[in-house]
Amino acid sequence: MKGILKLAYKLLVNDKAKFSALLVGNAFAVFGMMFATCMFVGVLHHSFSTVTNVGASIWVMDPAVQTVANTIGIPDYVLDTVRSIQGVKYAVPLYSGGALVKLSDGTYQSVTVIGLDDTSLFGRPELEQGKIEDIYAENGFIVVRDADFVKLGNPAIGSEFQLNDHRCVVVGIAKVPASGLFGIPTLYTTYNRAIQYIPSPRYTISYVLVEPKSPSDVAAIKQQVAALGYLAITQQEFMQRITNFYVYRTGMGTNILIMTIISFIVGLSISGQTFYTFILENLERFGALKAIGMRSRELVGMVLFQASFTALTGYGLGVGLCTTLIALAKLRLPDYFATITYFNLGLALVMVIVIAAVSSYFGARRVLRIEPFDIFRG
Amino acid sequence: MPSLAIKANGLVKWFGEGEAKTPALRSVELEAHFGEMLYIVGPSGSGKTTLLSVLSGILRPNAGNVLVEGTDIWSLPADQLADFRRNKIGFVFQDYHLFPRLTTAENVAIPLILRKQDWDASVDRAKQCLAVVGLQSRADLPPVKLSGGEQQRVAIARAIISEPDILIMDEPTASLDGDTGHTVVAFVHRTLLSENRCIIVVTHDNRIYEFATRILKMEDGRLLGTEGRAA
Repeated sequence: MKGILKLAYKLLVNDKAKFSALLVGNAFAVFGMMFATCMFVGVLHHSFSTVTNVGASIWVMDPAVQTVANTIGIPDYVLDTVRSIQGVKYAVPLYSGGALVKLSDGTYQSVTVIGLDDTSLFGRPELEQGKIEDIYAENGFIVVRDADFVKLGNPAIGSEFQLNDHRCVVVGIAKVPASGLFGIPTLYTTYNRAIQYIPSPRYTISYVLVEPKSPSDVAAIKQQVAALGYLAITQQEFMQRITNFYVYRTGMGTNILIMTIISFIVGLSISGQTFYTFILENLERFGALKAIGMRSRELVGMVLFQASFTALTGYGLGVGLCTTLIALAKLRLPDYFATITYFNLGLALVMVIVIAAVSSYFGARRVLRIEPFDIFRG
Repeated sequence: MPSLAIKANGLVKWFGEGEAKTPALRSVELEAHFGEMLYIVGPSGSGKTTLLSVLSGILRPNAGNVLVEGTDIWSLPADQLADFRRNKIGFVFQDYHLFPRLTTAENVAIPLILRKQDWDASVDRAKQCLAVVGLQSRADLPPVKLSGGEQQRVAIARAIISEPDILIMDEPTASLDGDTGHTVVAFVHRTLLSENRCIIVVTHDNRIYEFATRILKMEDGRLLGTEGRAA
């Protein structure tokens, strides 16, 4: 079979025009599918950045909360009640909200402020500069060095800005696994300072972060929080909830799906038609091979190999093109939202295999139907 | 008496059904022997190519059988029939059917490659066969760079590379001018005809009749008997 596959390879690759068209079709189909889904994954990755950065096991929130950005205040008694639930190791409040800071040059900048529990500082970020205990210093704030850091004028420790006419001092520079979705800088401070500096509604706790004593306690905690009329979900569930919101409650999921399907159809059309034309042009020769003594399954093997080879080569080119473009974009735009995951790679691979299967199905059917007698008749 | 290569008994073949039913072979009986260059001649539509296809295991007859060296080829399953064609028969098609994207040597090597032989060894052997037909210097060129006569010789080299017992040639001079056609068939007669090989040629080119051992005339799906005899 090795020699027959080499024959199939040479017949395919030596037809440079058709082979190029097949590669271009497959590569751009993969590129389109990859790029669309990578952008979406990138958006999702950033949309639940606070959840991953804080890293709590269980999040208690108002049931109406859909994304981490849109918080609804929780009364203090919920925190107290959660702390009293058997199976809760500890529970702390978290503030998350938006604010406007006035920079030293007089300009204003939107920021996200995360207020950590004053006692435990649970969910604190890893510091690049400064010491975490300095967050307790007067007007102390920690700035996250991410893609949006520059929007605060590249502050250093000791830099000052104003928040609601309160003086704020940078006491640390932190790094986090993921920056936010909306392109605004993130500040960390203590919970009490956050609610003191930022005008707040009646209920100031955005989330209650809970650590269970053991994983088996999670179900009971959820049940008892639900009895209070609130929602307790794990970190993974919260991320899924945010994902569901963007997929099903915004047009993003539909748009990405449409883009992916269009890329698939374009790829299928170009590759399928080109491959079928390639088969038709070589039909007499396939018939001659059949007459000479090639078995039907060997012919099908040749066609499958040719379709698979073009599909996988096109897949490699498409992935390479997508990766290069994202890498180049990230060089220029550090907060560029596109992330390549195994899901993207797998999805594009499945799609390109479908393209190869459809192309080879019609090609193989045509090849199997050719009668060697037709070759004799000319 | 040379041994029997092919024996066809009561071959019947028709195309279409009902009112469109067209008989192509009507109770054809035929014997071909090793060491023989047998011509089947006749006008267009007389059934020559159909007979050739049935004899070579390409077209299944509606009735009758074909014994090749004693084996009833139409009783073989599809894969074994393909193996039979691969191992026993060399084909020279009227339109050559060479692969334009392969080199001449690679085209010639195809029957060996189908026999699962090593690619490089097959191409080397193909170059030797090309030397036999006088085209060694053309081995690395694509067939489209060759003249019609040269392409015909490439097709012949492809047909003989696996040293088949039976060589089937369909209108070998149809695409060639008179002199070239004569030269090619003379070459086949001189070089390839042996006691161990049977060559069957379908043609209606009477300029090459001189090379036939026996000529069978065909008309309206029937073999009418021997028309003439040469060497």
